[in-house]
Amino acid sequence: MTYVPLDITDLMLAASLILINGAVSWAFALGLERTLLINSVRMTLQLAMIGFVLKWIFAQTSPVWTAGLATIMILVAGYEIVSRLSRRPKGFAAYLLGSGTLLLVGTLGTGFAVLGIIGPDPWYQPRYVLPILGMVLGNAMTGIALTTSTLLESANRDRAAIEARLSLGANRFSAISETLRLALRTGLMPILNAMAASGIVALPGMMTGQILAGLDPIEATKYQIMIMFLIAGATALGVVIAGYGSVMLITDSRHRLRLDRLLPTSA
Amino acid sequence: MLRVEKLKIANLPSLSFEVGDGECMAIEGPSGIGKTRLARALADLEPTNGHIFVNGAERMETAAPEWRRLVRYLSSEPGWWTDTAREALPSEGRSEGAILRLLESLNLEPQMLDKPISVLSTGERQRLALVRALIDAPPVLVLDEPTSALDPRNTALVEEVLRYQLINGRSILLISHDHDQVARLADLRLQLAPVGEKPGAAQHGAEPVLTDIKTC
Repeated sequence: MTYVPLDITDLMLAASLILINGAVSWAFALGLERTLLINSVRMTLQLAMIGFVLKWIFAQTSPVWTAGLATIMILVAGYEIVSRLSRRPKGFAAYLLGSGTLLLVGTLGTGFAVLGIIGPDPWYQPRYVLPILGMVLGNAMTGIALTTSTLLESANRDRAAIEARLSLGANRFSAISETLRLALRTGLMPILNAMAASGIVALPGMMTGQILAGLDPIEATKYQIMIMFLIAGATALGVVIAGYGSVMLITDSRHRLRLDRLLPTSA
Repeated sequence: MLRVEKLKIANLPSLSFEVGDGECMAIEGPSGIGKTRLARALADLEPTNGHIFVNGAERMETAAPEWRRLVRYLSSEPGWWTDTAREALPSEGRSEGAILRLLESLNLEPQMLDKPISVLSTGERQRLALVRALIDAPPVLVLDEPTSALDPRNTALVEEVLRYQLINGRSILLISHDHDQVARLADLRLQLAPVGEKPGAAQHGAEPVLTDIKTC
């Protein structure tokens, strides 16, 4: 594999492009300069750090360290889901739901890909496990966050209709079925759109990376196809679990709608 | 017959009362005192402590969907989730004849059932919601301002339908700001009123007063 390594000057040249964002923010008085600066620095530091961490973990090839980093990734993604909700449940239930769902789909998805499809030796090689887990988590996280936030917001908006159905003797799942359907569709939309656009409009990041690193495009494509199916499956599973989990969160065993379990909308 | 024992709602003192078959009880009190919460609690839409019985069946010992077929709550702003009213009618216990009779007695054309909900007027939707609530003949009706969007003529029709329900042995709990309506329909009044409005008092409790307004 051959590739042109980048040095610090190359990165600084790339970083200068952020000035365009700065100019846009200034010209339209968006007030985003500060956020831009903080997020640019944050992204650079996070990526640099993960580079060193991965290099070290790859060198260990230890299932314990791999599992350790995987756990951190799952917890952070779970936190990210909750932070994307405009209506947040009180307490830790949402964190538990987010991270729990990601743990399940992350383990199943990555396990399926690593053990069932790729089959590296040893199976816990972090070079395979962590990037695949990362892609599964990233996509499932988007789907889960969209589903959960759509469900919580719509349940609030459709409260009268949901309670009317409950009043007529419907159980909680059928009373909220229209809202749940909308939430599931919304959560699945990004991955379905990504599948339709990939290859023509967009060259997926992983494939681009492999090609830049010198891998044969055909081989890179094979990996990408596997990954797309993997994340589609994992996202679908995650969206369904998160959807039903969210319904359980805002209803109780007496089939009542419990919007009092949500925090008031933050401005 | 509905029996309530030591029902605790918000900062109201615990409530105990009985509404017999064929009786109508008005729930009265100033805005914000907890009339709607009481109504919702009776249908078990809000978590509350205390016992509620309908014909001997206790709330917590009855599955919630089954309970809400016994105690039917009709909100003052009923929600819809279908395109037409027909799709929203409960499938159990409905007969086409009964639906048509109920529509007619409420001055609603039968074809209104198949019109998009969004083109109906507020008053039409309110009466259709009453049809929806009555069609499977629940023994206890809890009605939150059922005529708030209606003109006097249609209000009179709704009251006539409610009287017919009473004659057939149903119990009705009625929240209404219309004192004349209460006088026309109610046998009992549950007055939820603030107590001890002492100057500087930090909290207002409320004292239920159960009065029998019809003496025969």
